[in-house]
Amino acid sequence: MKRYSAFAIAREALKGHTGWERAWRNAQPKKRYDVIIVGAGGHGLATAYYLGKNFGITNVAVIEKGWLGGGNTGRNTTIIRSNYLQDPSAAIYEKARSLYETMSQDLNFNVMFSPRGVLMLAQTEHEVRGYQRTAHANALQGVTTEFVSPERVKEIVPIINIDGPRYPVLGGLWQARAGTARHDAVAWGYARACSDMGMDIIQKCEVTGVTRENGKVTGVETTKGHIGCDKLGIVVAGHSGQVAELAGFRLPIEAVPLQALVSEPIKPCMDCVVMANTVHGYMSQSDKGEMVIGGGTDGYNGFTQRGSFHHVEETVRALVETFPMISRLKMLRQWGGIVDMTGDRSPILSKTPVEGVFINCGWGTGGFKAIPGSGWGFAELMATGHSPLTADFGLNRFREGRFIDESVAAGVAH
Amino acid sequence: MLILQCPYCGVMADETELHAGGEAHIKRFGPGSSDEEFEGYMFGRENPKGVHFERWRHVNGCGKWFHAARDTNTMEVFGTYTAQTSTPPEDLLAQIRDKRPGFKWREFS
Repeated sequence: MKRYSAFAIAREALKGHTGWERAWRNAQPKKRYDVIIVGAGGHGLATAYYLGKNFGITNVAVIEKGWLGGGNTGRNTTIIRSNYLQDPSAAIYEKARSLYETMSQDLNFNVMFSPRGVLMLAQTEHEVRGYQRTAHANALQGVTTEFVSPERVKEIVPIINIDGPRYPVLGGLWQARAGTARHDAVAWGYARACSDMGMDIIQKCEVTGVTRENGKVTGVETTKGHIGCDKLGIVVAGHSGQVAELAGFRLPIEAVPLQALVSEPIKPCMDCVVMANTVHGYMSQSDKGEMVIGGGTDGYNGFTQRGSFHHVEETVRALVETFPMISRLKMLRQWGGIVDMTGDRSPILSKTPVEGVFINCGWGTGGFKAIPGSGWGFAELMATGHSPLTADFGLNRFREGRFIDESVAAGVAH
Repeated sequence: MLILQCPYCGVMADETELHAGGEAHIKRFGPGSSDEEFEGYMFGRENPKGVHFERWRHVNGCGKWFHAARDTNTMEVFGTYTAQTSTPPEDLLAQIRDKRPGFKWREFS
């Protein structure tokens, strides 16, 4: 792999940009691998990367039904934060956030991580108490957050209206080291690094079956034939239930569409991410100047990467109340992704009833921020059978009642 | 926008007039059941990519709960029926079998 650098850009500029090589090889499947990861999104590629980097396991294939990073990795609102209430969540999300800080250097690929800060507005008394509790919990967990006053909120985000008639801003939970990153670049960067380690990334290859012998996985049937493996990692987000069914077990997961929309580009007006969970909307400004807006999930199961149209109105209504200056803004695009929701709104990173099959799913509405931490922990789990980062996120917690309840901690948008 | 007909009052209701109530025909396992049964009752869901049976409430209308058969992938609605039943009506199942050969949902196929 040729390294990207300022020197490389200068060299290529002189050569008419004829010397750039493909970022990753377009591989065809071999007969067998030590590890197969199903799903070439952020989480799957990060898992493969850390299997190679931390454990030296490089005989790995990442297989993907569509194209690399074409699912939720390319559909999210790119927010990275780690201000969670429960200890296991704070640990894995903070690990992820800290890995994002050095990701561009680690991968030699600019993921444009921008620690611009995330501000979660408290607009009811209940939310004030909730976020103060989270700020205290974060202090104990070693995650730097603070509860700030409405005046400080106005200072951080001058375009906000803090004294609206219905939901005045009563304060906010501020994580200054949180931020955003370029979502596609995260997938591309990991894919390039994986390919460089000799791993095969096989696109347009759908898994149609999981072959087993005596309760142990032996490989996968795909649209490109049978591929053998010792270990199988299922990292497919919205279709986790469908792939798990092929392997013969079931998941406590329901799939729903979550939507987002983006406006026409405008001049820089907001240099952090603002989330308003009571009125249900959140917004940041991309480097191109578009306002990136996160909407709601549908109230019912769905696989249409689209979502209910009326949620657009609800989201935009809430944001126009909060940011009156955006009332004339035109929206350019709207889209949806299929998110896999668990009962406690926390992910599942776990062994499964089938020996050699591991599952990483249930990230619901907030998977992007967790990509490096999830890959780090899941790779350790797959390689060694145990990871302190993933230990509390087992499938058995639903039977044993050990929930990691983040639906209360983070309300809607997480 | 999703439109369902309320089987009680007959209104063709937009989804904004309704409230989704999750998977239908779930059998309750309470005190005395095994951990496995209770887990299945609390968290085990069909989550099909295809035909699904769901509970809905005509919340901004007659207020009644009812059932609907809907395809989660194509959004096609096969029909709605009363909540006073533990199985989908046979004519609805026949219609789904006809349109979706090999269809299976819990014990119904």
